[in-house]
Amino acid sequence: MLKIEGLCAGYGRIQALHGIDLDVPEGEIVTLVGANGAGKTTLLMSICGAPHASAGRVLLDGEDITHLPTHQIIRRGLAHSPEGRRIFPRMSVLENLQMGAAQSDPRHFDQDLERVLALFPRLHERLTQRGGTLSGGEQQMLAIGRALMSRPRVLLLDEPSLGLAPLVVRHIFEIIAAINREQKVTVFLVEQNAFHALKLAHRGHVMVNGKIALSGTGAELLANPEIRAHYLEGGTHGETAS
Amino acid sequence: MEYFLQQLINGLTLGAIYGLIAIGYTMVYGIIGMINFAHGEIYMLGAFISLIAYLAATTIGGGSVAVALMVALLATMLLTALWGWTVERVAYRPLRKAPRLAPLISAIGVSIVLQNFSQLAQGARVKPLPPVVRGGFTLMQSEDFAVNLSWLQIFIVMLTAVLMAVFTWVITRTSLGRAQRATEQDMKMASLLGINVDRIVSITFVMGAALAAVAGLMVTLYYGVIDFYIGFLAGIKAFTAAVLGGIGSLPGAMLGGLLIGLIEAFWSGYFSIEYKDVATFGILVMVLLFRPTGLLGRPEVEKI
Ligand SMILES: Nc1ncnc2c1ncn2[C@@H]1O[C@H](COP(=O)(O)OP(=O)(O)O)[C@@H](O)[C@H]1O
Ligand SMILES: [Mg+2]
Repeated sequence: MLKIEGLCAGYGRIQALHGIDLDVPEGEIVTLVGANGAGKTTLLMSICGAPHASAGRVLLDGEDITHLPTHQIIRRGLAHSPEGRRIFPRMSVLENLQMGAAQSDPRHFDQDLERVLALFPRLHERLTQRGGTLSGGEQQMLAIGRALMSRPRVLLLDEPSLGLAPLVVRHIFEIIAAINREQKVTVFLVEQNAFHALKLAHRGHVMVNGKIALSGTGAELLANPEIRAHYLEGGTHGETAS
Repeated sequence: MEYFLQQLINGLTLGAIYGLIAIGYTMVYGIIGMINFAHGEIYMLGAFISLIAYLAATTIGGGSVAVALMVALLATMLLTALWGWTVERVAYRPLRKAPRLAPLISAIGVSIVLQNFSQLAQGARVKPLPPVVRGGFTLMQSEDFAVNLSWLQIFIVMLTAVLMAVFTWVITRTSLGRAQRATEQDMKMASLLGINVDRIVSITFVMGAALAAVAGLMVTLYYGVIDFYIGFLAGIKAFTAAVLGGIGSLPGAMLGGLLIGLIEAFWSGYFSIEYKDVATFGILVMVLLFRPTGLLGRPEVEKI
């Protein structure tokens, strides 16, 4: 569904991605894990054309979207819940969700709102509250909810667990699984929290210094001793029992 | 008392005009973080276009002042908005990713170009317009002083109130306004939600220019003379109004405009008419020194 071929991208003279090849098949959850600074965020953002790729291609359903402007890429059925959540701080929760639906048919709005609020009942209680005053977990729910308002076919999630308490993290991951399972949304999940992400994902990739170092099914990568040594031990926060 | 009331009326009228111009400064600053120093010139163009449009409308249409005014108003808003759009496209958009100083210099350049263009096209002498909306009524009369409220002043304040109400509604209640606010708060995130931010920025310039155009028409009617240089002073005063209210804040721009108009009127009325501009600039300096965020502005730090 989403296919990345030989993608290179960077910021000015700094090249952050060196020829990424990656496939996100329809209906699956694909995860990308890697250390801080590996280039994960850059990959998600350059799929959306910000920054644009300096080489390589991004294909959505076979259509080359590499050089389209960001808003046109998004309108083709991608939704992005970015690193740091980027909630509009001086807009209410409802307005943030309305922004998520800015490009959708207004006739779907009530139904989509209901669907998102059913996933995140916490947001329901806070519809009129300003985005900037929400807690970190609530902001993350809002960021995902906002992304879902556009009825995306592919959902890009950038470190949804960052800075959240373990219990909230587990809740967020359960919801991601539910979105994929029940609403048939394809998910591309970027995480530093490799343990949770790989458990959830059908397929995983490990990024090191702007390259894909290792790929496999979630279970394979979880069992891989090298992965365990680098990304899991100490990174699981004692949640291995869950 | 009578004198005070008269200055109040004059100040409100003036404040309405400054407020309309100030909105353009504040909106553009909000959305791309830049002081559009050419905005005063856009207002000046609005004044010229309104004069030409009004004269053309009376010549062609004959008769009715109300119809000619209506036609002039719409034509002025439309054509001036087109100028605003063009300036953004030509002079600012290519510099969107440049250092902050670059668009500022570009704005000063645009301002010089527009001033000289009007001077060449329309001549350097002042352009008069005979009084169009005459009359009014006397509110109060004492032995040696009458408080007059002209129809024109009523027209100016009413039209401003209506425009500001419509405008506030657009910004706070419509999907366009929501997209504008989102773009203002986080341009990249707005584009990640499918918003064409270039279009939103264009629309913002167009709206600001259209309001400045109305101010241009009002000034033409109110003072009856315009020249190619009026944009400079009015621009700085409206900018002061925007800063006083809190740059980036819409209600702030309206409030700031009103205050600057009132201060100017009272200062001229009670102290010195020659030094009325000094009062405005004194305020600008004071605000920048002691309260850079203005009356209704918010501090730059945000909890994200
Ligand atoms: N806006 C930017 N400008 C310049 N360099 C950047 C920018 N964003 C990220 N980088 C650099 O690109 C590399 C990849 O960063 P990023 O994609 O954020 O990694 P990750 O998301 O995996 O932590 C890093 O070396 C980082 O310093
Ligand atoms: Mg990152």
